[in-house]
Amino acid sequence: MAIEVDSVSKRFGTFEALHGVSLTVTDGALTALLGPSGSGKSTLLRVIAGLEAPDTGSVRIGGQEMTDAPARSRGVGFVFQHYAPFKHMTVRNNIAFGLSVRKRAKAEIDERVAELLKLVRLDGLAGRYPSQLSGGQLQRMALARALAVRPKVLLLDEPFGALDANVRAELREWLRRLHDEIHVTTIFVTHDQEEAMEVAEQIVVMNAGRIEQTGTPRELYEHPISEFVMSFIGPVNRIGNAYLRPHDVQIVPEPGGNTTEALVKRVVHLGFEVRVQLTLPDGREISAQVTRAAAHELELAEGQILTVRLPAARVFTPASEPVAPAPSTL
Amino acid sequence: MLGIYLSALVLLPIAALTAKATSGGPGVLWREITNPEALAAIKLTLVVAVVVVALNAVFGTLIAWVLVRDEFPGKRLVNALIDLPFALPTIVAGLVLLSLYGHGSPVGVNVAFTRASVALALLFVTLPFVVRSVQPVLHELELSMEEAAASLGAGPFTVVRRIVLPSLTPAIVSGVALSFARAVGEFGSLVLITGNLPFKTEAGSVYVFAQIQNENLPAAAAVSFALLVAALVVLGALTFVSRWSSKHVR
Repeated sequence: MAIEVDSVSKRFGTFEALHGVSLTVTDGALTALLGPSGSGKSTLLRVIAGLEAPDTGSVRIGGQEMTDAPARSRGVGFVFQHYAPFKHMTVRNNIAFGLSVRKRAKAEIDERVAELLKLVRLDGLAGRYPSQLSGGQLQRMALARALAVRPKVLLLDEPFGALDANVRAELREWLRRLHDEIHVTTIFVTHDQEEAMEVAEQIVVMNAGRIEQTGTPRELYEHPISEFVMSFIGPVNRIGNAYLRPHDVQIVPEPGGNTTEALVKRVVHLGFEVRVQLTLPDGREISAQVTRAAAHELELAEGQILTVRLPAARVFTPASEPVAPAPSTL
Repeated sequence: MLGIYLSALVLLPIAALTAKATSGGPGVLWREITNPEALAAIKLTLVVAVVVVALNAVFGTLIAWVLVRDEFPGKRLVNALIDLPFALPTIVAGLVLLSLYGHGSPVGVNVAFTRASVALALLFVTLPFVVRSVQPVLHELELSMEEAAASLGAGPFTVVRRIVLPSLTPAIVSGVALSFARAVGEFGSLVLITGNLPFKTEAGSVYVFAQIQNENLPAAAAVSFALLVAALVVLGALTFVSRWSSKHVR
């Protein structure tokens, strides 16, 4: 179901967590709320879930006014950052909780739990207690518990934040596929831009209680409307007022046109990609990104002097209005 | 080192009491315990202790809840007052209770020399146990667990019954165990307000004291031994319940 948030503000004491935030999420979409900590992304998620009451503004889910509805009647599945397992219940009873609260027949509950255990790949662990599960398993149990009642929307607060890098990558991929299977409108909160870009169809970038920009991962990367978005989505070089992606820095064989010399300060091999830290003649430091093959061909080494071309850099005016890419002033 | 310390403080006195109680043989022990006055005193102590710990389980948990979850002016003061029964000499507590709820009560309640006075005195001295054992656990209880239950459709009552109470059970049980042990052994606060009427308001501990004064040491040792065994059985059972209920709550 579609989610419409209209001019929502929320204040905690003197801290303004949300300033008049409006957001529309279409039915069936997979959306990421992306921002640094304190940007209001978790608060927005909790307002949608009914776990936090907004000071002003409204929330509609599936066209229905939900602003004053308690969490229990919103039909929202919520997955908490630290999973919030019911520690005194088995995996089975955790997953069955929502159904048993709704007084469903035992046969129906058993069938649904078995189906979910399979979906989240926890078959065989139904009788375990949360203290006997790993982080990744707890996360999947929390997801199954939220999905058991067939929620209209699924909200996940930093779902992979507390997991190891390996497990995290696997679960991201799995969440993506799960969404393709069950098509429930999903919003997840993350501070990891890579995670947002990898999993979400739509990203909402938040900063200081406001939405900076909303768009597909590609739109945000290619057409950021503010320096905040540009520097938050992907690595960036700042040269004066201009912003330049490391992969736009070209290492060229001959001087000519808009080129400058640069001293190789450090070469970092990251697999396919090689990151080169450069010092420009005026002392400024920038980083460039080249492929492994290109680095090999150039025989990149620390202390080497290179010629680089700095093409069109992006300039944002103080009002954060987008400006057509301007040629570098160098 | 610790072994000697514990032996000197706990094991030796218990062993000495057991030896004294059984020195006349099982026949004497049994006769002293089944003496009608002794039996009435033991029964009164155990029955009132059960009632008192039941009330403590309910009200102690409620007080802990209010102190952790609610904000109100004077909360810190109330929190500090909970420990007062620990600090007050129990004979003073008994005196205060007698002047408040005895003959000529300023609040119009006179329970002196009734069984209710036994319960009242024991309630006063055991108040802190459940409160103080539940409070830290409730404080540490993740709010997100309750929020998760609410988002799954549970109303406030269901959240308390199915999420909060099961999580607090081990703490409540351990508070109850401490209360029970204290209630069984309590003497000072009872001696003034209950009037120590045999077969009516004479508690086990008071009976033991009376027998010592009458130099009837076998009877004193026998009843002490009976109370000790009852307390050990109840503590053991409660520990088992607590272990079992906290098996998976870590």
